[in-house]
Amino acid sequence: MLHDAEPTTKPTTLKLTEDDVRRIVREEVELAFKRDPAARRASIIASKGTLEWAYPPLILATTAAAAGMDTSIFFTFYGLNIIHKDSARKLKVDPVGNPAMPMPVPIPDIVSAMPGMVPLASRMMRSRFATHNVATIAELLDAAKDIGVRLIACQMTMEVFGYREADFIGGVEFGGAAAFMSQARRSHVTMFI
Amino acid sequence: MQKINEDRVVDARDLLCPMPILATAKQMRLLEPGQVLKVLATDRGALADIPAWAEDTGNELLGSSEEDGVLVFWIRKASDA
Repeated sequence: MLHDAEPTTKPTTLKLTEDDVRRIVREEVELAFKRDPAARRASIIASKGTLEWAYPPLILATTAAAAGMDTSIFFTFYGLNIIHKDSARKLKVDPVGNPAMPMPVPIPDIVSAMPGMVPLASRMMRSRFATHNVATIAELLDAAKDIGVRLIACQMTMEVFGYREADFIGGVEFGGAAAFMSQARRSHVTMFI
Repeated sequence: MQKINEDRVVDARDLLCPMPILATAKQMRLLEPGQVLKVLATDRGALADIPAWAEDTGNELLGSSEEDGVLVFWIRKASDA
């Protein structure tokens, strides 16, 4: 010990048992995890552009943000449909080759492939969501912006598809893969949707 | 169960995930630490969502009940939330 003490009867020693050491290490590790900023960050990639795929990234991101996480969604490829100004028209559902889709009656692909089936299936899905009071994509985007979710459009696929910045809703940032990766490596929650 | 006095109420009835959580998070920001938020929801998912959200944000779930199909939660805002 470094302090100048009068000689005491006996030096005080800290007696640690193995259990004490284990307990202290465990507490410190838990504390370190709690303080880790990555535990409060979520980075989501949205790569799909159909109506049913537009919901998961938005619902997960808004929920993460509601729990206090720094959340961002990186929209790439067909995911750009979600933040496009014309998303209400672009986001559709195709019954062809979608055996998982619940149908009122079984409909073979050769029928689902007929003209008009895509708009019909899309309208049916939208109306089903409305009946159950599910928020619309537009409402979820507003809620996302409101709660601080960052919406980032992939620069590369944007150019490839011929989109310009003005084609997207307000509040969208623009970035590339490196910018996303830099956030993702600091996030415990990363998802490719 | 003892009566809990709430300071604010969030009416999330008829709203489906994620809206009940978003509304709760938004209202919680307006509360002072120690105040109590009461949340009403009909979304059955809220049974799992609200406790999980409370734990994640460090807010205290004081209690929950169900009346006529409406789920009720009381959450106290933590001092550092």
